[in-house]
Amino acid sequence: MSTLSSKVQEVFDEPACGKNQAKGEKERKKGCTKQLVPGAAAGGCAFDGAKIALQPITDVAHLVHGPIACEGNSWDNRGAKSSGSSLYRTGFTTDINELDVVYGGEKHLFKSVKEIFDKYDPAAVFVYQTCVTALIGDDIEAVCKAATQKFGKPVIPIDAPGFVGNKNLGNKLAGEALLDYVIGTEEPDTTTPYDINIIGEYNLAGELWQVKPLLDEMGVRILSCISGDAKYREVAYSHRAKAAMMVCSKAMINIARKMEERYEIPFFEGSFYGITDMSDSLRNIARLLVDKGAPADLLERTEAIIRREEAAFWVQMVPYKDRLKGVKVLLITGGVKSWSVVSALQEVGMEIVGTSVKKSTLEDKQKIKELMGEDAHMVDDMTPREMYKMLKDAEADIMLSGGRSQFIALKAKMPWLDINQERHHAYAGYDGMVTLVREIANALYNPIWEQVRKPAPWEMQGDKKLATENTEHTEVLLGGFRSVPSVASVV
Amino acid sequence: MAIVIHVKKSCAVNPLKMSAPIGAALAFTGLDNCMPTLHGSQGCTAFGLVLFVRHFKEAVPMQTTAMNEATTIMGGYDNVEQAILNIHKRAKPSIIAIASTGLTETKGDDVDGYLTLIRKKHPELDEVALVYVSTPDYVGAFQDGWAKAVAKIVKELAEPAPQIAGQINVLAGSHLTPGDLEEIRELVEAFGLKPIILPDLSGSMDGHIPDNFSPTTLGGTTLAEIRATGRSEFTLAIGEHMREAAQTLQNKCGVPFEVLESLTGLDTNDRLMTLLAAKSGRPAPNKYRRQRSQLMDAMLDAHFYFGGKKIAIGAEPDLLVAVGKLLVGIGAELTAVVTTTPSPVLAHLPAQEVLIGDLEDLEQRAQGCDLLVTHSHGRQMAERLKLPFLRMGIPMFDRLGAAHQVTVGYRGTRNLIFEIANMFMAAAHEPEPDDWRQPAAQGAECGSCAPAAAH
Ligand code: SF4
Repeated sequence: MSTLSSKVQEVFDEPACGKNQAKGEKERKKGCTKQLVPGAAAGGCAFDGAKIALQPITDVAHLVHGPIACEGNSWDNRGAKSSGSSLYRTGFTTDINELDVVYGGEKHLFKSVKEIFDKYDPAAVFVYQTCVTALIGDDIEAVCKAATQKFGKPVIPIDAPGFVGNKNLGNKLAGEALLDYVIGTEEPDTTTPYDINIIGEYNLAGELWQVKPLLDEMGVRILSCISGDAKYREVAYSHRAKAAMMVCSKAMINIARKMEERYEIPFFEGSFYGITDMSDSLRNIARLLVDKGAPADLLERTEAIIRREEAAFWVQMVPYKDRLKGVKVLLITGGVKSWSVVSALQEVGMEIVGTSVKKSTLEDKQKIKELMGEDAHMVDDMTPREMYKMLKDAEADIMLSGGRSQFIALKAKMPWLDINQERHHAYAGYDGMVTLVREIANALYNPIWEQVRKPAPWEMQGDKKLATENTEHTEVLLGGFRSVPSVASVV
Repeated sequence: MAIVIHVKKSCAVNPLKMSAPIGAALAFTGLDNCMPTLHGSQGCTAFGLVLFVRHFKEAVPMQTTAMNEATTIMGGYDNVEQAILNIHKRAKPSIIAIASTGLTETKGDDVDGYLTLIRKKHPELDEVALVYVSTPDYVGAFQDGWAKAVAKIVKELAEPAPQIAGQINVLAGSHLTPGDLEEIRELVEAFGLKPIILPDLSGSMDGHIPDNFSPTTLGGTTLAEIRATGRSEFTLAIGEHMREAAQTLQNKCGVPFEVLESLTGLDTNDRLMTLLAAKSGRPAPNKYRRQRSQLMDAMLDAHFYFGGKKIAIGAEPDLLVAVGKLLVGIGAELTAVVTTTPSPVLAHLPAQEVLIGDLEDLEQRAQGCDLLVTHSHGRQMAERLKLPFLRMGIPMFDRLGAAHQVTVGYRGTRNLIFEIANMFMAAAHEPEPDDWRQPAAQGAECGSCAPAAAH
């Protein structure tokens, strides 16, 4: 555990994290994990975060060491897509029992790794630590070391048991595991001056593929994406890239920064969401590569592509502009990509009436202020009831959020669109923005809204008696308006 | 009839099983104005929430005591106390229902003891019912957690008191959907009896649209109803795993009970009619006589398609029995059978063997079957084996309407039979000239394609 706690301290001390730098020494030590309030907390654990970050690596067997809860309740529930192996979607767990809890689960774990190599021949096995096995002191690092020697293939410990913190911390601990055990352990067959890494992109709904054709056209090669649609080997030789893009979130900032330190790979923070951001990202990729010695004509080629794509985008926007002008959006993304989506929506004429900034940095908040004006309605932690009220009172026309808060909108009979992990549409790049706009228009102009908001026959005039009865009944049911802890606001 | 085999391997692959604590938590969501809470680290609650939200397509209330490494080692008293106080303050539920997890069980937290202390310290909680059930993650499965939770609810909250004529308890197993419960309520009411369904997901998870946004469960068995279960004439337990709760209620309040292992199929529904007629003193309503004859007609029409069909099924014991017996009853064979946890019903299953295992075990044995029945996690395997795939059980996240799938009663059974028969029909192989016996010279080579023609 001592190595784990020093790791946790280390990632809390992230120097490249703006939010962290704004804090005092003492506060920084406490890290970014807000102390959770028992009975009023929501959100995934560190293990969840680690799994989200690494599971997109497709040819790896992801083995969860713990009781059935951690994997059994959650496997195959994320939208990262693969162009090759589907092994990453297979759920592996030691499913420990009472005897393991008493006698320790290390042997059980070792045998499980053996079975996986025998049956599935993966490129590597990632072993995830969880709460119970951490508490009983199973040393997964030692087991992984022994297994690596025995089977001659990488067996990597991912030491992020749930109880050390939230998802965000788990993302970072996953990054540390890659830095410690994977990155730099293999060499690519060839390198080019156009090799980049994309860090923090999970290829949800296939978004990486939405962007890749433009990079191909620029002549840029994605040497390694960490971790969307990645193969183990690609991550292992990612240290040979010339430059890196860190996609929107701070989730994997430690990877980007440490790779810059260790391997002199410069990086920038960018986003594939929204026209301006997409164009800036392409420009930045080209610029960094040219700085590192790629031929300078890359810049001009990139500008030409941007000009063409932006023009094509606006042509496609023509039918939507009138329909979406002034549409009021409530944007609950749970944080970091807020400003990126904000600017994207504003570009097509929508108005953002509120956005969540819970996990945003000061810098992010500043950006949102610039975009939305001084009276930007930024909420640190909007309760479900407040969201519900905004929608019910028609202060917003549509809510964009993660899947778990969708019912707040739907029960208010208001349009909603999934922009988080489990979404089915890809919204990256110029094409993705067209999709996003189309989906918003589809949601807003769907004929159901009129139908579901219409009163029931027995609520119509002339049937007053019944109507009152109905209301009374409802009130009894509800016991008035109950105040709200976070229920489904986990985004 | 079946031999029960615990699969001997170290690594579970593609789990069929889910954990006991979230089974308990779902049972708690069937109580009205309740806050289901897991005593453990936040992630366990988050996973449970996501799973249920994806299954029911509903907001689901569920809280956590938010244990971390330090509080676990020191013991969870403070967290349990704070959680209860915070929930009480913010959500004002009538019931706070807590299930433990692997983490807090490994440490050995004595939550029952904590609750006694908390009660003493906080008279402001006098009006709130507190229920705690011990559900270590590393023991049993979802169904077991559900069973323990219901037994504990009854044990803590049911009150012995004079009988109320015509009142009947229905203890509902975890394999019943909100749609099933609605059907059961209608059935019981049709005999002029008043059912108390416990737990009642049809009140809370049936997808109704309330006029307001509520943080606790909305609908479900009320605290008053739970207390009044002690005053019923009779308890009907549906699913073997409800036996313990029924027995507990009998011990505490003297309410006699009968366990029906399922309400899917002709026999068991006949038994239900007999029971309800006896308890109510009324004959079975015409509506159900008619439905019974419709079911028989459906069986007759469908049996042509079921005969000799090989079924691969993965489900929790009581769902397995309900669906498995129905299928065998119309001529199909249970060829590959996997379940999650031991149960006395497994030995009586009309199959050669039942494995307590995972979907990898099922996949290895499902080759050449005609139908796969399991929850949504069977989707990858169905695709690989190209099997028609009937989704049943929790989770069902890649189809709509999980809450409204009705397979109980004569009518529900009839619909399930049609649904499956239609799947067989859709998958049937159209005869082609090459399906028939080939000239002798080619016969040997073509041996491998013979099974394909056997449809
Ligand atoms: S909090 Fe711990 S026990 Fe719960 S899911 Fe996360 S790792 Fe598993």
